[in-house]
Amino acid sequence: MPFDYAPAPESRAIVDLDSSYGLFIGGEFVESEGGRTFKSVSPATEEVLAEVTEASADDVDRAVKAARRAFTETWAPMPGAERAKYLFRIARMVQERSRELAVLESLDNGKPIRESRDVDVPQAAANFFYYAGWADKLGHAGYGNDPQPLGVAGQVIPWNFPLLMLAWKIAPALAGGNTVVLKPAETTSLTALAFADICRQAELPAGVVNILTGAGETGRALVEHPDVDKVAFTGSTEVGKAIARGIAGSRKSVTLELGGKAANVVFDDAPLDQAVEGIVNGIFFNQGHVCCAGSRLLVQESVYDEVLSRLKRRMATLRVGDPLDKNTDVGAINSAEQLAKIRELSAVGESEGAQRWAPSCQLPERGYWFPPTVFTGVSQAHRIAREEIFGPVLSVLTFRTPAEAVEKANNTPYGLSAGVWTEKGSRILWMADRLRAGVVWANTFNRFDPASPFGGYKESGYGREGGRHGLAAYLRRSDR
Amino acid sequence: MTTVLTPTAGVDEATRSASSLRQFLHGLPGVDQVGAEERAATLSTRSIKTTAKAYAIDLAIAMIDLTTLEGADTHGKVRALCAKAQRPDPADPSCPSVAAVCVYPDMVPVARAALDGGAVKVASVATAFPSGRAALDIKLADTRDAVEAGADEIDMVIDRGAFLSGHYQQVFDEIVAVQQACSGAHLKVILETGELATYDNVRRASWLAMLAGADVIKTSTGKISPAATLPVTMVMLEAVRDFRDSTGRQVGVKAAGGIRTAKDAIRHLVLVNETAGADWLDPERFRIGASSLLNDLLMQRTKLVTGRYSGPDYFTLD
Amino acid sequence: MAGAPARVDVRKTYKLFIGGAFPRSESGRSYPVTDAEDGFLANAALASRKDARDAVVSARKAFGGWSGATAYNRGQVVYRVAELLEGRRGQFVDEVARSEGLSAAAAEALVEVAVDRLVWYAGWADKVAQVVGGTNPVAGPYFDFSLPEPTGVVAIVAPQRSSLLGLLSVLAPVIVTGNTCVLLASEPRPLPAVTLSEVLATSDVPAGVVNVLTGRVQEVAGWLASHMDVNAIDLTGVTDADLARDLEVAAADNLKRVRRAPLDGEPDWTDAPGLDRLTWALETKTVWHPIGV
Repeated sequence: MPFDYAPAPESRAIVDLDSSYGLFIGGEFVESEGGRTFKSVSPATEEVLAEVTEASADDVDRAVKAARRAFTETWAPMPGAERAKYLFRIARMVQERSRELAVLESLDNGKPIRESRDVDVPQAAANFFYYAGWADKLGHAGYGNDPQPLGVAGQVIPWNFPLLMLAWKIAPALAGGNTVVLKPAETTSLTALAFADICRQAELPAGVVNILTGAGETGRALVEHPDVDKVAFTGSTEVGKAIARGIAGSRKSVTLELGGKAANVVFDDAPLDQAVEGIVNGIFFNQGHVCCAGSRLLVQESVYDEVLSRLKRRMATLRVGDPLDKNTDVGAINSAEQLAKIRELSAVGESEGAQRWAPSCQLPERGYWFPPTVFTGVSQAHRIAREEIFGPVLSVLTFRTPAEAVEKANNTPYGLSAGVWTEKGSRILWMADRLRAGVVWANTFNRFDPASPFGGYKESGYGREGGRHGLAAYLRRSDR
Repeated sequence: MTTVLTPTAGVDEATRSASSLRQFLHGLPGVDQVGAEERAATLSTRSIKTTAKAYAIDLAIAMIDLTTLEGADTHGKVRALCAKAQRPDPADPSCPSVAAVCVYPDMVPVARAALDGGAVKVASVATAFPSGRAALDIKLADTRDAVEAGADEIDMVIDRGAFLSGHYQQVFDEIVAVQQACSGAHLKVILETGELATYDNVRRASWLAMLAGADVIKTSTGKISPAATLPVTMVMLEAVRDFRDSTGRQVGVKAAGGIRTAKDAIRHLVLVNETAGADWLDPERFRIGASSLLNDLLMQRTKLVTGRYSGPDYFTLD
Repeated sequence: MAGAPARVDVRKTYKLFIGGAFPRSESGRSYPVTDAEDGFLANAALASRKDARDAVVSARKAFGGWSGATAYNRGQVVYRVAELLEGRRGQFVDEVARSEGLSAAAAEALVEVAVDRLVWYAGWADKVAQVVGGTNPVAGPYFDFSLPEPTGVVAIVAPQRSSLLGLLSVLAPVIVTGNTCVLLASEPRPLPAVTLSEVLATSDVPAGVVNVLTGRVQEVAGWLASHMDVNAIDLTGVTDADLARDLEVAAADNLKRVRRAPLDGEPDWTDAPGLDRLTWALETKTVWHPIGV
């Protein structure tokens, strides 16, 4: 007799949505000067969640001025121990309001509540906790005994992990003594706006954190503003390159976290059931909207049949549906635009000759949905092996020897992450040595920790976020 | 369901000799502890509510081997347990009865008499339970005694000392011998996973028991901790799933020891559902060895019906 | 008027803190504690060798769990201690002012530094390994890394004069890295240590991680220094040079890691600490693994 899980909806009641939101500048919510508004939509139902302001160039200027004033008058002169206590307060409040933030994130982004509740929000709190502890210890971080902040940081973040990416940006910046102007992605503004409220509750001095909602134009204005000392961007490689060109010759420093096409390498002696979990987690976690997703499965030919049949059987247990249902494994695609891209590249995959398979799923009628999909018979020359799809689509290739695995894994302009599955310790280390990727996961995948540096090689960007290394981007070293 | 190939020598080759058995068992894929525990932990976040919860509670009750294995067991105690087994909730006749009662061999006649004619089976431990430390002929005599007294099922223990010292053939031969002594009674083979210590060993012992003919593989005696943790049950469910894929034979799993609350039991059922699959969601294929669990299931069942939290005064202690 | 106060207050009984509980000394003894003007404050428990023994047992029992917790978790727990200390600041200001003969303002300044000191150390839990550990570039195909690990059960003789700030300054760095400890409070000024134990008992610090004894340094320190199941001993609060030397001799029986008393008396605890107190009770483990197909 089948065990059907009854609906287990997380209640929306805990979220108190305003019908419209202004910009958070100088410690309060203000109206835009000349900007328009746009609608923020739930990708699972297409309902309008709120109206959000699109910050104009004037708004950007106001925000940068507020950040500069706060930097000069309040934040930079403040002893690290006092800055630390603000960050600890914020960390605690994120923990206190965790349920509300998780529900809001799932509503706005489309990701399953289980993930926002168990990954995004706890990790966001942990990031503030971790960096709070560095604020008064900068002299011990290996950057000289008295490193200084850079000034005002202009930060632009993507829509895939809205609150977590905000934490990755703001926590180290503030710990280092900088003030920030942050622009969340246009499809996912709501948790950033809730975070602004947390800053208010924590009585963070006005202007230390400024949140400007908006789209590409706002982001460009922010990045190009002459009084921004440091630019931090997470998003597509294409935009990352544009930013790098745009700030050339200026005094701005920049860190970029861009795209990826990671290889997840499974050897014949891998712990099979866990490897299958790692493959599934690698590409279907967060609907595959992950820059470091294991989107290329490189499986040793001798275990190909076994791995594929277990993988398909496992994929058939994935529950796709309402992000607010606690039993949902795969949520909605974040936007109509992204869904179109995923569909387009999948069609390309088929036309290139790869074989497409997805388990049968009941997809809701409204909203943006794509079933977890695997393409077999993929070769390096296929577009679906080279281009980032940023969706729940896995491309499967094979290899015969470790050297061949390394070659294929590295044969990409990207270099963000890689996975290695084998029970042999020496081989893990040998592979890790040779993989041109900023993060190597061995016998695990998609693990993040504020203490662990994250960032890419090659066209996946430069700079690291997390760990002691993550401070480098926000400090002027005193040991040159 | 696609057939999954086993990684090394074919299953038929495995039992050909002591060394091929060893090679087969050591050639099984390893289990990464952290990955396995994470998967079990994620599955335990499944939210089982309303109709799903009602289904799971009733199924869990029907899967219970209601157990008393104490030195102080008396005829009175066993009879009381059997009455509870047949009618767990005196206030509600719609409540299912449990699958079996589980006792020591010398209590089998008492249980048989108390349960005769009913659907509840009599399971007996045997083979010098719980330690298994006795000569083989004594363990076989223990088994035959229980079977002759009327046991429908025998829960034997493997020789963990022999297993841990690599004498797999000896463990195999003992299981075969006990099964013969069962004369048709269902054989459950207790691995005592807490003593096996690693998931790799749990996987190997599971395959060993199944190759030797076990009808059910069982986690623990319940006498030591850890017993039936979620990851251990999961690894055993993976083993029975893979065994059926390789051989066509469906072996059951019994999780025993440490399952005290309805929440624990429901989590195990989620594991069954998402690891081995719906074919194992049946008292013939999955059992839960427990004693105090039953009352917690009954309390949860009552809450679903009445909407109020209940208390221990409203359920019988036997 | 004179004779009796209008309201009689309920005075606290100051006991030991062992294994998360507050027992009296098994010897049944106590000793009077006085304030800076020799006025009676309270009777504190006078710990015996058996209390010291029990404290070491409980610290050992707690070590596996505490050192096995994630660094993030330990940092959160120590931060929680700071939260509760801050919440009870009034009580500690009174206690420190009375014990040390300070004005309320001076005591308040010390309490604030004490809370901030705890916050400082809380933030170190998940960073020490990044600062003092790392990979070693050996000349061969090996992955070689060194990491810091807590040494185990640490006995601490707390400073004699600074009854709260000094105590926290010797205690927090030892436990935040995963050690457990048996701490002997200041002999003349033990009361803030006992009140601090109440904060520890209610702030998610697992039982046995910190054990606090009150009593005679001469009597108790010797038993801790010679105890074969204590891994390290901090002699900061031992003001008698001869005693300090004898304790160091006793400690050599199982080669405890010894932190000697400061040569020039008790330091100014308000000075910003360096890394030494964080690292002196740590071992370094270096692991090798070949790199090959």
